[in-house]
Amino acid sequence: MDIKNMKNYLYWLFCQFELITCSYLMEPWEKVLFYTFNITMLFMVLYTAYIYVPIHISTAFQFCLCFSKLGMYVFIE
Amino acid sequence: AFEETPMLVAVLTYVGYGVLTLFGYLRDFMRQWKIEKCQNATEREEQKDFVPLYQDFENFYTRNLYMRIRDSWNRPICSVPGAKVDMMERVSHDYNWTFTYTGRVIKDIINMGSYNYLGFAQNAGTCQEAAAKVLSQYGAGVCSTRQEMGNLDKHEELEKLVARFLGVESAMAYGMGFATNSMNIPALVGKGCLILSDELNHASLVLGARLSGATIRIFKHNNMQSLEKLLKDAIVHGQPRTRRPWKKILILVEGIYSMEGSIVRLPEVIALKKKYKSYLYLDEAHSIGALGPSGRGVVDYFGLNPEDVDIMMGTFTKSFGAAGGYIGGKKELIDYLRTYSHSAVYATSMSPPVVEQIITSVKCIMGEDGTTVGKARVQQLAENTRYFRRRLKEMGFIIYGNEDSPVVPLMLYMPAKIGAFGREMLKRNIGVVVVGFPATPIIESRARFCLSAAHTKEMLDRALKEIDEVGDLLQLKYSRHRLVPILDRPFDETTYEETED
Repeated sequence: MDIKNMKNYLYWLFCQFELITCSYLMEPWEKVLFYTFNITMLFMVLYTAYIYVPIHISTAFQFCLCFSKLGMYVFIE
Repeated sequence: AFEETPMLVAVLTYVGYGVLTLFGYLRDFMRQWKIEKCQNATEREEQKDFVPLYQDFENFYTRNLYMRIRDSWNRPICSVPGAKVDMMERVSHDYNWTFTYTGRVIKDIINMGSYNYLGFAQNAGTCQEAAAKVLSQYGAGVCSTRQEMGNLDKHEELEKLVARFLGVESAMAYGMGFATNSMNIPALVGKGCLILSDELNHASLVLGARLSGATIRIFKHNNMQSLEKLLKDAIVHGQPRTRRPWKKILILVEGIYSMEGSIVRLPEVIALKKKYKSYLYLDEAHSIGALGPSGRGVVDYFGLNPEDVDIMMGTFTKSFGAAGGYIGGKKELIDYLRTYSHSAVYATSMSPPVVEQIITSVKCIMGEDGTTVGKARVQQLAENTRYFRRRLKEMGFIIYGNEDSPVVPLMLYMPAKIGAFGREMLKRNIGVVVVGFPATPIIESRARFCLSAAHTKEMLDRALKEIDEVGDLLQLKYSRHRLVPILDRPFDETTYEETED
């Protein structure tokens, strides 16, 4: 029964998205264009995050550690 | 003061309008380059060299936003617009550019949109019988203007009755409520006079003020400090270039503002008017019959003297179930208007059955027909108003307006929700009026409920249940103020002691 509630909740969330971005009012081909654009942008953001966020985090970690005595012993090749 | 728009909601509304604008540009581009068929009016090929007849960009909003949600307006009804109404069903196969009727009639839709405050929109009862008798006696048309051959004894009777109802010396009735404002303000003020008009005044008042040729200054909605500042500046500085004193200063206010549901601060306006020796024009289009313990409008609601208001204007369209408008005031003023009003000279006078409907309904409200039906209706409207507003606020919607006004605007904000609300409510057999730009500011679109004495508690409960459901479905419950449900007992000495526990 929880799956059904979950599906209803997700459908309701999708309806809210449609209402806020006014895709509720668009004709089907406009919706296709809009969703394609949105999904492409989302995918690109997630892909960039996947590649660059670990590198940024480890660089930041290195930078913060080198201010303490322990940091002098940290080397990443 | 109204509850403020939540910041997130305002931002998301602008996002929605931004997306629609982008798609509007795309569609216009496709129409221009003939990729898509252009369905609104354009000139023919031979006329392209002439001055353009249809402005392309100014109708951008109409073409691209309004057309998408157009099915919530201009719905054809096919019965008397009482508490329940029948509507003809229509579908559109090309996204609201054209409609076809399916042939089905949707019956018994709860009508929350008609200005039927006291429930006089009926096709049975004393008003209808009296109107039918007068119709068989006088006919339907008058075929003349008021000043020529159109002054019937029914009109004289109506005017005496209206003057007695309002508590003024004399009154005059006109065939159309809009024309009452737009044709009589030019007769009263002219060049060299000053008009101080509220920000949210109706189009008829604005048109009348502009036609008159007087200088117009706007004060903030219901804001007495703004009005006083304008009055002081006007009296101290006089006319703009010559510095002469103004010939007349006229303050234009309305009893109930129809888009906000707010009631004018009449005692303060009258105090200001007396202090600065200016004149007051009160437009009681929505408040006559709907406010006050005996239904005599906003003056009765505050318990003031009707002689303090110089010009009391109102319409018969809303609470009396007829059509037309009136102006009431001192005898010299009304005699002057009988000669100089544009409407009396050029417009056809009121039709006799309509006059009889007004006479019967006014007598009913005053109680002179021997029954207490009128008083019961006024009280029922007040109860309905309080109940409906309280329940909506408890549910968590943002509602504008004064606690006692039968006009209840419920805020929607986002453009897609305007269309969705209208459609979902119609699916559940409730007819509502939704309003967007340009009648309201661009982000403050709303659904406006007009309560009626003809609504029973069961109808209101059903409507509230459906509004609750639709509010959850569309997520319209923006209010962040938590209200304590009020006790349903009258106020007595122990009321405050209990809430302190």
